[in-house]
Amino acid sequence: MLTDEQIERYSRHIILKEVGGKGQQKLFDGRVLIIGAGGLGAPIALYLAAAGVGTIGIADADDVDLSNLQRQVIHFTPDVGKPKVESAREKMQAINPDVKVITYKEWISAANISRIIADYDFIIDGTDNFAAKFLINDACVLAGKPYSHGGILQFDGQTITVKPKESACYRCIFPEPPPKDAIPSCSQAGVIGVLPGIIGTLQATEAIKYLLGIGDPLTNRLLTYSALRMKFREIPLKRNHSCPVCGDNPTITEVVDELDALTVCDLKGP
Amino acid sequence: MNITVNGKATTLPENPSRTIDSLLEELDVSQRLYVTVEFNGDVLDRDAFTGTPVKEGDVIEFLYFMGGGH
Repeated sequence: MLTDEQIERYSRHIILKEVGGKGQQKLFDGRVLIIGAGGLGAPIALYLAAAGVGTIGIADADDVDLSNLQRQVIHFTPDVGKPKVESAREKMQAINPDVKVITYKEWISAANISRIIADYDFIIDGTDNFAAKFLINDACVLAGKPYSHGGILQFDGQTITVKPKESACYRCIFPEPPPKDAIPSCSQAGVIGVLPGIIGTLQATEAIKYLLGIGDPLTNRLLTYSALRMKFREIPLKRNHSCPVCGDNPTITEVVDELDALTVCDLKGP
Repeated sequence: MNITVNGKATTLPENPSRTIDSLLEELDVSQRLYVTVEFNGDVLDRDAFTGTPVKEGDVIEFLYFMGGGH
């Protein structure tokens, strides 16, 4: 049952006929895991906490660096040097003390991911490397956990929601990580600071809709965003029969680390 | 020849030997070695790029890796 204070706090949700008191209770009962407390993770964590998602897990082994602050809006200048998950937890609980925040100060890997995602209803990928992105996809598909993929680069971003075995997964589009022979460095590639705010907020919206059971999820369509052209595009997709993890004859039947995946920022933008 | 590339109507000079593989080069598509090609609604196996001719009316999407997030 919501208290009077909670009814006031969430009044703008409760007044929506698609949410109401029942929906707010669903959010409060909901459990969402955010992997990565960086550019994408920052708005996701802030909005999910503000919305009253009852249990939010956040995983990241990194500490806050000065170069993060241009876009990772959950971390403040005095947080430099602090573990990102701690910095994030402080802000989330300052926004909303109702919310339980569970921190994982570790990098996800084949060794821990299945254990970590098991406790959650919906997973959000806010990571910055292909090894993690493919690992999250495989673990979520194999465990049947719905999740939101997000990726950003320079001025462009894209996101898709995956309902395992029902809709196209990341490997249906990209069967394997990019090869190792590519190009410039992270500092050369760069990212405009507002970009993860846009893509991350879309991902948070998907988590909230999923918990509420409302609307149409971003499944079987890749939503791409170009900040320079200020354009969104939707590319219809479908499950790929030859997908190595959710296709007809999967070759990936347990989570494995993609050791050959290169770090993201070695890629040239589209 | 008229095709649709990333949602845009695109006119190319007639070339009966044009394939997905040669189109990648012709359009100077970035991430050429690892871009995903959706061809008339289906993700095309990379092995099929050289053997898939591009015909009038084809709808082609290039899907790029974006791995950032932090």
